[in-house]
Amino acid sequence: MFVYALKRLGVAVLVAITVSMVTFSLLYLSGDPAMALAGESATQQDIENIRRVYGFDRPIILQYLSWAWGALHGHLGYSNYLRTDVAAVVFERLPTTMTLGAAAISFALILSIPLGVLAAMRPNTVVDRFALTLAVVGQALPSFWFALILIFWLGIEWRLLPITGTESWKNFIMPAIALGYYVTPGVMRLTRAGMLEVLSSDYIRTARAKGLRSGTVLFKHALRNAIIPVVALTAVQFGFMLGGSIVIETIFAINGLGYLAWESIQRADMPVMQAIVLVLACIYIVLTFLADMLNAFLDPRIRVA
Amino acid sequence: MAARPESFSAATLPTAGQILEPSAGVLLRRRVFGHAGVTIGGAVLILIIAVALLAPILAPDDPYTQDLARREIPPIWHVKGTWEHPLGTDQFGRDYLSRLIYGARISLLIGFAAMLISGVIGTSLGVAAGYFGGRVDMVVNFIITTRLSMPVVLVALAVVSIVGNSLVIVIWVLGLLIWDRFAVVMRSTTQQVRNLDYVAAAQAVGCSTARIVLTEIMPNIVNHLIVVATLEMAHAILLEAALSFLGLGVQPPAPSWGLMVSEGKNLMFFEPWLIGIPGAALFALVLSINLLGDGIRDVTAPENRS
Repeated sequence: MFVYALKRLGVAVLVAITVSMVTFSLLYLSGDPAMALAGESATQQDIENIRRVYGFDRPIILQYLSWAWGALHGHLGYSNYLRTDVAAVVFERLPTTMTLGAAAISFALILSIPLGVLAAMRPNTVVDRFALTLAVVGQALPSFWFALILIFWLGIEWRLLPITGTESWKNFIMPAIALGYYVTPGVMRLTRAGMLEVLSSDYIRTARAKGLRSGTVLFKHALRNAIIPVVALTAVQFGFMLGGSIVIETIFAINGLGYLAWESIQRADMPVMQAIVLVLACIYIVLTFLADMLNAFLDPRIRVA
Repeated sequence: MAARPESFSAATLPTAGQILEPSAGVLLRRRVFGHAGVTIGGAVLILIIAVALLAPILAPDDPYTQDLARREIPPIWHVKGTWEHPLGTDQFGRDYLSRLIYGARISLLIGFAAMLISGVIGTSLGVAAGYFGGRVDMVVNFIITTRLSMPVVLVALAVVSIVGNSLVIVIWVLGLLIWDRFAVVMRSTTQQVRNLDYVAAAQAVGCSTARIVLTEIMPNIVNHLIVVATLEMAHAILLEAALSFLGLGVQPPAPSWGLMVSEGKNLMFFEPWLIGIPGAALFALVLSINLLGDGIRDVTAPENRS
């Protein structure tokens, strides 16, 4: 276990370094950072000064190393537009996006796990068909369109929920549904497949033969084993969700990382954009690492690979 | 081998009234047409492709011509609708049906082209990793992991905002970003196939690596490739729509469905069809492609059904 963890950690660190190189090069693709910082009315002399002060005249590899060193210590650069430290802005917005992501993943799990279990209990029946149809439809719904439909019906026609903002928990219901439904098909299919496999195994038959109540068999014996791969998928999907929340956050005007990213693109504020990509990538790397560790802990066969 | 059944050894020529064993082709056809997903998905997709190809003939109007005197006319099922504009007009007085028809071209073109680019990248990486294994596999796995940890929408938005946003750029950005599923699936299927006897036989005969990959491996994993291709085409179409919706994909006045939803967004409380119609078209297109892809998987590999 320890060797496997160490190997896996090494890969995670290497991936993080590669990602940091890619995000760093984003800034250089976007043009001269000194010019962006100086603004439109700057003279050639101003730009030269900025170049020297910020060290943009050094070789690119040195610039990357000093940027990476700063990033390790929590300095992610300086925003061209907000004129503040990027890290402060990013970490101020991160909790909102995390809250939205947690609400969305909770919605997805509450909907998809019971549906997956029901579908596996009665395969090829109406329940199963309904669950599969829901999954197929869910995968084809454009998230921004679904969000607008929710706003139209729940927010305007029936006036059940607030449309924008983050003032109360009610504000998070619609965004969580719009963001979370996209994950439900995958989780549901995996729960169903896992349950189908487990339910046909010998120890379930033994449990039934002992005369245990079907609820006990289903939840204490079957679901516990079927849920293992779902946990890993959930962790990975949570990471994807944080990256995809930009669409939902702009529609519902939620002041999270996604909205900040959208604003930064409008302002051509690349350092902020770069920091957001880096932070989200690191969260994803940590999540997948934890998911792998959990899987290896629960299923010793994985550790050998 | 066991003894042949009587009907076989007695006479291979059918006599009148004898029931023939269905051939493999007939069986496949039966499975294809007996599968609701394939038939419905395929029919809708063919319809949308036909509409896109015949756009100049089918569209009643030019999708770009503005007529400010005839803005926001409701569609025909509305009391104030007219047959002159069956789906109404948008906020610039452009015929909505014509825009919808021409929009099918944009979605299909971007979906197909991005799928081709990502398919070439992902399949090459995946097959190489699966066939050679060892170091190659390690490197490819590393590239896949790195790619997966970058948030697609954000990176696409950032790159498009830097490089500029034309149709061609959107296609390339999406194509270069969404090859991960191709690589993952092709890698695992190649791993399964490469240890089979016929690959060993081809190696023993002295076939070149290129020949083994192209004539022994590829034909046996192509059904998985088609399934992933449909899923990724649908994925690319949804991503383009989302980028255009955010204002960083296809640019106005092009009739991209995502852009149409975005343009109708501010009027959605008064004229909900402005977002309802293009959104429903997008939904129908993606749904039909997904149904077709799931169906192909069921038909070609029934044992993999989940």
